[in-house]
Amino acid sequence: MAEVEKDLEARRTVFVTVGTTRFDSLVRAMDTPEVKEELFRKGYTHLQIQMGRGSYIPTKSTGEVGCLDVDYFTFSSSIAEYLRSASLVISHAGSGSIFETLRLQKPLIVVVNEDLMDNHQSELAEELAERKHLYCARPQTLHQTIAAMELGSLIPYQPGDAKPVARLINNFLGFPEE
Amino acid sequence: MENSISNCLSVSASNLTALLVIGIVTVFVIRVLYVLHRSARPRHPNSSSQQHLSTLIVLGSGGHTAEMINLLNVLQKERFKPRYYIAAATDNMSLQKAQVLENSLLDDQGGREKVVGSAHYMQIYRSREVGQSYLTSVGTTLLAIAHALWLMIKIRPQVILCNGPGTCIPICVIAFIFKVFGIRWSYIFYVESIARVKRLSLSALLLYKLRMADQLFVQWPQLKNKYPRAHYVGRLM
Repeated sequence: MAEVEKDLEARRTVFVTVGTTRFDSLVRAMDTPEVKEELFRKGYTHLQIQMGRGSYIPTKSTGEVGCLDVDYFTFSSSIAEYLRSASLVISHAGSGSIFETLRLQKPLIVVVNEDLMDNHQSELAEELAERKHLYCARPQTLHQTIAAMELGSLIPYQPGDAKPVARLINNFLGFPEE
Repeated sequence: MENSISNCLSVSASNLTALLVIGIVTVFVIRVLYVLHRSARPRHPNSSSQQHLSTLIVLGSGGHTAEMINLLNVLQKERFKPRYYIAAATDNMSLQKAQVLENSLLDDQGGREKVVGSAHYMQIYRSREVGQSYLTSVGTTLLAIAHALWLMIKIRPQVILCNGPGTCIPICVIAFIFKVFGIRWSYIFYVESIARVKRLSLSALLLYKLRMADQLFVQWPQLKNKYPRAHYVGRLM
């Protein structure tokens, strides 16, 4: 166990993803010294930002002693790879990103975009936060969430099952039970 | 004398027209009520002599598509065939994901299309993009309806599977009109997105209130409490 921890300590990456959206207020929040210092204090070494269609460009940093290594890109076909190699994921509230991260059993902070017209997205993030599968934050409160989070208290997410829907559809259409 | 006869004729003619209009409207209303009554009732097991039903699958985007693929993974493909996939014209990813699923089916069956059925892919204009204002949505919705009508005339599906967002509304409305005019009877299933925890989406709310979906599924118990005619099925993701 101690060896594993040592291994992880070598490179602990925070992966930020906004999916196909633009979410400048999240990228801007990631770029603030409060958030970066808080992440560094928690032992993270690298910060990778997938910024999507956003126009705010974060400051790159090569990670000198005592500070985070920061890099960014717009889109990638291998988001799954980034998620897999991350120690912490900070994501927009899209259900695709949320469940892809939860299925990989990665610690997750979901940041709700308050600029969207029809903001139903916070419903899912708040419900899952209430069930302790993830942390839910706003761009302005992100550094506080990072400071207060205890990843050990998160409950692993059990994937859902589509069979009940399939059974009801089959019954309705008069198809016999399998 | 002649005048009064022509008067008499024109009066009875207008009466006749009025009667005719009232008659047609009455028949139409009765037909709509009958369709509403028969929708939401299971298909009769005896009619299952037909072993498979042509199925239209309306793919949303991103998370919606992922949920639909999860459902398709457990549905018996030999019962739901042929399958027609429709996605928004601005969404290239969804049809690709459906294609990956269909290809894996063909691989499992050693390429025999007879068992799993054939798959067709189509794109449709979207009624509203994320973030588009409700006002300009009116024009784009009309365009989307015309295009949906064209596709629906071509496909005439027996089963419609959809899970939002707005793309599926024109299709469901047209399917309902087809039922009223006896063009094609279809079964409409709507699975509300897992992202909806407390309130139904606009699409789901419309289908629920207008009783256009035969069955409406929700993934959180809170919604079942609020909308009792919905079916709670647990999480798909």
